[in-house]
Amino acid sequence: MNRFVWPLIAVAALLVFLVMGLRHGDPRALPSPFIGKPAPEFELPTLKNPEVTVGTDNLAGKYALVNVWATWCVMCRSEHPFLMQLAQRKAIPIYGINWRDSRPDAIRWLDQLGDPYVASAYDEDGRVGIDWGVYGAPETFLIDPEGTVIYKHLGPLDPQVWEREFVARMNQREADQ
Amino acid sequence: MKHALLFACLMLLSIAAMAIDQERRFDDPELQARYEHLISEVRCLQCQNQSIKDSNVTLAADLRREIARMIDEGKTDEEIADFLVTRYGEFALYRPRMTGKTLVLWIVPFLLVLLGVFALVRVVRHRVALPVGDDSDERQDP
Amino acid sequence: MIPEIGQFALILALSLAVCQAVLPLMGAHRGDAAMMGVGRTAAAGQFVFVAVAFGCLIWAFLSDDFSVLYVANHSQLSLPTMYKVSAVWGAHEGSLLMWILILAGWTLAVSRFSSGLPDAFAARVIGVLGVLSVGFLLFALLTSNPFERLVPAAADGGDLNPLLQDPGLAIHPPLLYIGYVGFSVAFAFAIAAMLSGDLDRTWAKWTRPWTTVAWMFLTLGIALGSWWAYYELGWGGWWFWDAVENASFMPWLVGTALIHSLAVTEKRGLFKSWTLLLAITAFSLSLLGTFLVRSGIIVSVHAFATDPTRGFFILAFLAIVVIGALTLYAWRAPSLDSDAGFSLLSRETFLLLNNVLLVVAAALVLIGTLSPLVIEMATGGKISIGPPWFNVAFLVPTLPLIVLVGMGMHVAWRKQSKSAWLRTLRVPAIAAAVLGIVVPLFIYGRESILLFVGTTASAWIVISALIPIVRSVRRTDGSSGITRSVLGMSVAHLGLGLFVIGVTIVSAFSVESDRALSPGESIEVAGYEFEMQGLRNVQGPNFSAIEAEIEIRDDGEYVATLRPQKRQYLVQKSWMTEAGIYPGLDKDLFVALGDQLGNGGWSVRIQYKPMIRFIWLGALVMALGGLIAITDRRYRVKVRKESEAVAAGAEATA
Repeated sequence: MNRFVWPLIAVAALLVFLVMGLRHGDPRALPSPFIGKPAPEFELPTLKNPEVTVGTDNLAGKYALVNVWATWCVMCRSEHPFLMQLAQRKAIPIYGINWRDSRPDAIRWLDQLGDPYVASAYDEDGRVGIDWGVYGAPETFLIDPEGTVIYKHLGPLDPQVWEREFVARMNQREADQ
Repeated sequence: MKHALLFACLMLLSIAAMAIDQERRFDDPELQARYEHLISEVRCLQCQNQSIKDSNVTLAADLRREIARMIDEGKTDEEIADFLVTRYGEFALYRPRMTGKTLVLWIVPFLLVLLGVFALVRVVRHRVALPVGDDSDERQDP
Repeated sequence: MIPEIGQFALILALSLAVCQAVLPLMGAHRGDAAMMGVGRTAAAGQFVFVAVAFGCLIWAFLSDDFSVLYVANHSQLSLPTMYKVSAVWGAHEGSLLMWILILAGWTLAVSRFSSGLPDAFAARVIGVLGVLSVGFLLFALLTSNPFERLVPAAADGGDLNPLLQDPGLAIHPPLLYIGYVGFSVAFAFAIAAMLSGDLDRTWAKWTRPWTTVAWMFLTLGIALGSWWAYYELGWGGWWFWDAVENASFMPWLVGTALIHSLAVTEKRGLFKSWTLLLAITAFSLSLLGTFLVRSGIIVSVHAFATDPTRGFFILAFLAIVVIGALTLYAWRAPSLDSDAGFSLLSRETFLLLNNVLLVVAAALVLIGTLSPLVIEMATGGKISIGPPWFNVAFLVPTLPLIVLVGMGMHVAWRKQSKSAWLRTLRVPAIAAAVLGIVVPLFIYGRESILLFVGTTASAWIVISALIPIVRSVRRTDGSSGITRSVLGMSVAHLGLGLFVIGVTIVSAFSVESDRALSPGESIEVAGYEFEMQGLRNVQGPNFSAIEAEIEIRDDGEYVATLRPQKRQYLVQKSWMTEAGIYPGLDKDLFVALGDQLGNGGWSVRIQYKPMIRFIWLGALVMALGGLIAITDRRYRVKVRKESEAVAAGAEATA
């Protein structure tokens, strides 16, 4: 094989790689480093009642969702009705982390639109958000009964995502045991 | 479209940045220099490719605050990097750390230059052996 | 109505492009003069119709036609007129149309200025350019139609991204694209040469001026982009190794190697296959850049908001074009060889070094840009490769390069006598070393190895480049004694030297300070006092802003008043910082507003940037060198000979 064929081979390889790259998905999506690891510990005052705290201790013993939300987040509003559905069906307990928000605004928001959360933690300065690797709202984490993070979804929840990503994974784990 | 909306949602955070943001000043110029160097190499994860030094969005400000706090607490650069990587992955650092995989990245420039020089030496050796030809009245234009 | 005319014009342009692609290539293959002649006419027609389409799009913007989706997304009633026009190419569909227009423009230029080329060769060049036009027109019509309607029409538009509402948008993309697209001509010449088997040195001679012009524009385009980012983005940087910046820089690096390689091929008939490969690679990198920017595969501040479907189309087109070209190359290149030799100390050796180092640099930029994706696909982990890696990696090949430029500039072809060379080098080398060490040490009071290397190398390049110029000025016999090509080369390398000085000094000595300032307070940065005199609200045509008045003094003496702003644009509601800059050839003073603090003050970023203007001045001078080089008489002699031939013919028949 003469050496003049090498550029052709190199470019063909590059092109194959680029095709794979295109199908790879959103380059901005950051996978959570916590998948398969224990959920980052936190304990924060709840949104509605600052005397009471909520944290990782509350999550133990059952599957739970941790949903990062805020009133300034447009997509959080669009996923809200579905969260209400989940709560009404008692499909899974949902814990909220109200991220970098104003307490009165957040309380008013829940009063007006409904409160799907067992409790919402009030993360005023964003410290807990950083501990969970949050970089945009909404983000939803699936936690198993042992407190391990199974999955993180970036963006609003809808029925398709719920079935395809969350329910499927919970069923999978049940089947494995 | 969904991503455009999500991005717009994220951008709204920058309005919140208009609230209180005490910018950090360390009295010790060495600490200040360390701080500025660190924040220039941490990626702003809400942005489209900017460091947290150059970005004004909320998350950037929060991360700057955390890094300043850790410097105050006496953490080393290594520990600060670990903090960020635990939470956001290696993606958060603009300078790939020297692990086994990324070591290749740091060696590649030298490898390529060596490769190029090697090829060049072969070509020159070949040409030096050939007749140079007559050039007494040749113009030296490029 | 007008948008429909525009769309129809594009369809007509496509059919003409198909003719332009198919007929001349077939005609050249068969020796059919009529078919070959179609090329020029089709090219002219295609240009006209693309221009009409472009005009229709401009009209849609100027007349606020929000029934066109593209206009509705990127314009606004209150947008100033100048920005309405430049908004035409401010996003994907419109800038793609501009690409097509510029490609048609280059094709028209080639068809007008190719009378010195054999008919078959010219026909093949135009045919290849036609193939490229077909690909891009199809891409536009099938996936990125700028004339797509919005039903029902919007009452007002979504506004142009505030970062783009700047004169920079009016000139940076057009200049950049003229360069970017211009490498298609060198590419077409290479394909035509390989198709015809006509691969002697004249091919290199014909290609050179076209490549130099494209290179010139790309140099200007990149420099403008850097300058624009500097004053617009508000953080005082001039290069971030962002994927889109890299996409334009890679063709530039390979294009520079190509210019140098063409010199060797034209002069000595050497490295023909290598030069062919470079010509193919330069334009392939342009196409790759287009792909990276418009497919959404890579994250970037500059990336057009677009989707993978478009990415697949461009990739398919890229595959066809590049694989086709490289297959031709693999077929033709083995038969190219020459018995020409040269000695170790010769211009040929130095130009080979130039090529190796530039190509390595381009490869490194490519690796740095694509590696995050490779690593993510291979291991699932995401990493970031940014300035910390690029700045180090890029220096590995370029430091030796800038040292070699001063040494190699005046080496003779074939064989340079070592003693003569050392004699010529002695004065510049010593002068450069002295300047290079004295200036940083005594004027700036700083020392570091990298700094000394930078200042010495750039001083050497500048002095070396000035020698032929100074010699020519001092001649007393009336002639300039220097050909345009040597003058052009000297000026271009002089520009490079200025560029390196700028980069070295600003990297070593810039001072940056993030401080809190309230009205009445003042701080000292880099020996200047910055006092905030006051804050006020300002209204712009489509934004409202808070403006700070900052007075600068040097040792009590008044220097300037800067007015940085923090703007909020009315439609998109995004905040933008507009820096206040006091420019100077020796330094820039740069002030940008950060965030409002609780006590009525603001966080302010103040920067002292010594000799930063040399960066863009250097690029400008480099481009000027290119311009001078293409006016060399070797390109004008042909015209004179032609007119002499015509006159002789007229006499003969009279």
